[in-house]
Amino acid sequence: MTTTDLAVAAEGLRKRYGDTAALDGLDLAVPAGTVRGLLGPNGAGKTTTVRILATLLRPDEGHATVAGFDVLDRPGEVRPRIGLLGQRTAVDEILSGRQNLELFGRLHHLGARAARARATELLDRFGLGDTGGKPVGRYSGGMRRRLDLAAALILAPAVLFLDEPTTGLDPRARLEMWDAVRALAREGTTVLLTTHYLDEADHLADTISVVDHGRVVAEGTPDELKSRTGDDRIDVVVRDPATLPAAAELLARVSGTTAHVDPDLRRAGAPVRDRATALTGIVQALADAGIDAEDIALRRPTLDEVFLHLTGHRAGEPNRNGQEVPA
Amino acid sequence: MTVHVPPIPRTPAARLRWALTDGWTLTRRALTHWARRPAQVVVGLLFPVMTVLMFRYLFGGQMRVPGGGGYAEFLLPGMYAMTMAFGLETTFAAVSGDAAKGVTDRFRSLPMTSSAVVTGRAVADLLNSALALALMVACGLAVGWRWHDGAGRALLAVGLLLLLRFALLWAGIYLGLVAGSPELLAAVQILVWPVGFLSNVFAAPSTMPGWLGAIAEWNPLSATVSAARELFGNPGWGGGSWAARHSLLLAVLWPMLITFVFLPLSVRRFRRLSR
Repeated sequence: MTTTDLAVAAEGLRKRYGDTAALDGLDLAVPAGTVRGLLGPNGAGKTTTVRILATLLRPDEGHATVAGFDVLDRPGEVRPRIGLLGQRTAVDEILSGRQNLELFGRLHHLGARAARARATELLDRFGLGDTGGKPVGRYSGGMRRRLDLAAALILAPAVLFLDEPTTGLDPRARLEMWDAVRALAREGTTVLLTTHYLDEADHLADTISVVDHGRVVAEGTPDELKSRTGDDRIDVVVRDPATLPAAAELLARVSGTTAHVDPDLRRAGAPVRDRATALTGIVQALADAGIDAEDIALRRPTLDEVFLHLTGHRAGEPNRNGQEVPA
Repeated sequence: MTVHVPPIPRTPAARLRWALTDGWTLTRRALTHWARRPAQVVVGLLFPVMTVLMFRYLFGGQMRVPGGGGYAEFLLPGMYAMTMAFGLETTFAAVSGDAAKGVTDRFRSLPMTSSAVVTGRAVADLLNSALALALMVACGLAVGWRWHDGAGRALLAVGLLLLLRFALLWAGIYLGLVAGSPELLAAVQILVWPVGFLSNVFAAPSTMPGWLGAIAEWNPLSATVSAARELFGNPGWGGGSWAARHSLLLAVLWPMLITFVFLPLSVRRFRRLSR
């Protein structure tokens, strides 16, 4: 693939803050027109990466091009071609939605009339057309975030950076945001999205780069990453919590590994190689032992388990010390 | 959706045009804030007016003005300067608020002149303070304050007051960028208030303990206040110290010094946002 097909190309990005390396040689290549998820725990370097690519931060080492221009040498060419949705909703809370979009339109040098037209277009697109002159401070979190996204789209940028776009949103607002991102992707916008929600990366991203300790530790489609963990899993949910240890023991015997027990959910789970044999085996064993199972399920590993497998700790944990991995 | 992407300026003239346009766009943003929150503006302006009325009528009867004359004559130039000094808090709140909300970062990611973030704020705050000063002068005229040495010298005094505000603007921008969050506003108030009172606004430095009086005499605010009193032809504390005798000179030098320190610091701090 030539660099012209890449909307984002970063090589060897390094950034230190005192003794901590926020980025430790991060490489990234995002083909134009695709959605890439940057997945990793807090402190992995996702935001630092986005800030460098969006011309807000200079790396100590390495270089990057966005939309075909070097972010360090030609930031002026990069900026009209990108949109940035930061972690915090960055709109003016005193102004109305329309005033915000017109302000950002003017700052993109659209001229008064074009800025007004573009504001109308974007307000309609994001269902904010009828909010009138209401100050953004009185918007709901979801509306505010949609306006934030609209403000990032003034010049219909080729590359869109979304830094944890749905953190803090309620489920409905989150789904609306997902729909909006999918629609933009369909129109050909390249999207680079950071998240520590695995389902978000699973739903939105064509490919995922797993980031940990300032570098990409794995890359692939969600399915590829899941198959990298290897085995499918069997989960058994028992009706009587008292029978859980016995069920776990049976599961361990059938799978030949240690079972992971979750007492809150009355669930025992274990990875299995031979899916069908293991499934019939555990059903039989539970019946022989007289354990009443509420549910027995064979499933692919979740991205959460993939993450644990790849990095040694869960996505929500910012910890740098290797977490104990249950078998 | 087809959007025409404006070309990036290549010549110095085109770049300057962008810088002016962007600065004015952000000034207008601040002006729109006033229009959308008139109550807040009114409250902000009423505070100094209330202070004037309070000092003029509550304490004024008891005050002995050096060389005779009304207390209003003596009080008002000090209140004008205090109003300029408190403007620092407005600047700080606006700059740190934008930084905390990520608005500053959004501006920095746009194809706009980044210096406009600062120049737009500077022009808006100067306009705000000019309006506040105009209102204070009207209020002063209502409670018996007058200028006596002609409109030219009075305008010069107004110029010195705005010069002080201009200098403190940069201190406000710098502190706002350093703090990065408006939570420290109370700390800035704690900083500004003693500077306001540790001056010649209300009491003669000669009546203070020696070292305190020296600080009050050399306070940049005192220089502007003395100079304004002199230019308006209002009674002052006099005093024989070098600082008291050269207040006009100091009223120019102090703001220049503050600007020379905080303007480059602000620019540096703004650039360091990308570190």
